[in-house]
Amino acid sequence: MNHLEVYLVVSAILFSLGLFAVITRRNAIAVLMGVELILNAANINFVAFTKFSTLTLDGHIFAIFVIIAAAAEAAVALAIILNIYNNFNTINVDEAASLRG
Amino acid sequence: MIGEIIFYLFVAITVASGCMVVFSRKLTYSVFALLVTFFGVAGLYVFLEADFLAAVQLLIYVGGVLVLLLFGVMLTGRIVDVRISHGSANRIVGGIAALSMAGILAFVILTTTWNTVGAHTISDTVTTIGNLLMTKWLLPFEIASILLLAALIGAAMLARRPGSE
Repeated sequence: MNHLEVYLVVSAILFSLGLFAVITRRNAIAVLMGVELILNAANINFVAFTKFSTLTLDGHIFAIFVIIAAAAEAAVALAIILNIYNNFNTINVDEAASLRG
Repeated sequence: MIGEIIFYLFVAITVASGCMVVFSRKLTYSVFALLVTFFGVAGLYVFLEADFLAAVQLLIYVGGVLVLLLFGVMLTGRIVDVRISHGSANRIVGGIAALSMAGILAFVILTTTWNTVGAHTISDTVTTIGNLLMTKWLLPFEIASILLLAALIGAAMLARRPGSE
């Protein structure tokens, strides 16, 4: 429990899982959960480096800002997803393609 | 020794439930696995002596984001429908991308000699974080509050049904 590398590897695994979810999932909410996994991985890195390689708590502050951004992002993204569902009756990110994106 | 065991238990819980989030076929299972993942990450924070962050993680992620996600699942999925289980596309490409990313990251992490400071304990996290937020990071703090306000208003505007003034 006192090895920086363990935390970094856990965070790398979480990041890769999140990346996989974002790439492969069709359901918009599942994509959002992948994004949350990625943000959590980043936060683990911040906190681990705060513990092991600095004497200040700036990493904790940054992690708090990441959490704030994640909360705001989740709220707005879910509102958008609900709107898409109301208009298209689907939350498949491949089908909501009116903008030809 | 016992701490070590508990630590690796938390690591295993985090990774396993993270896998479940990504690979489980039912969306509601994914959401509940995400709950366990957030708990595991909070446990890791405790081991990193970030007690305030662990509490914030539980309050905001488990109490806020996860409930939002659950609302999203319940409101958009026809519960009995198959479509609530999420299909997935381009698994091979995604798998290659994620695996190579994990490999590169693990290689870099394990081969780098990290500059670490000696063993030190972090104490008084709440006081220190409060002081830092009110002094060094005051402007980002205020901007974050404006961001939250904008997100609140924007989400309420977007989610409202049209014509219900």
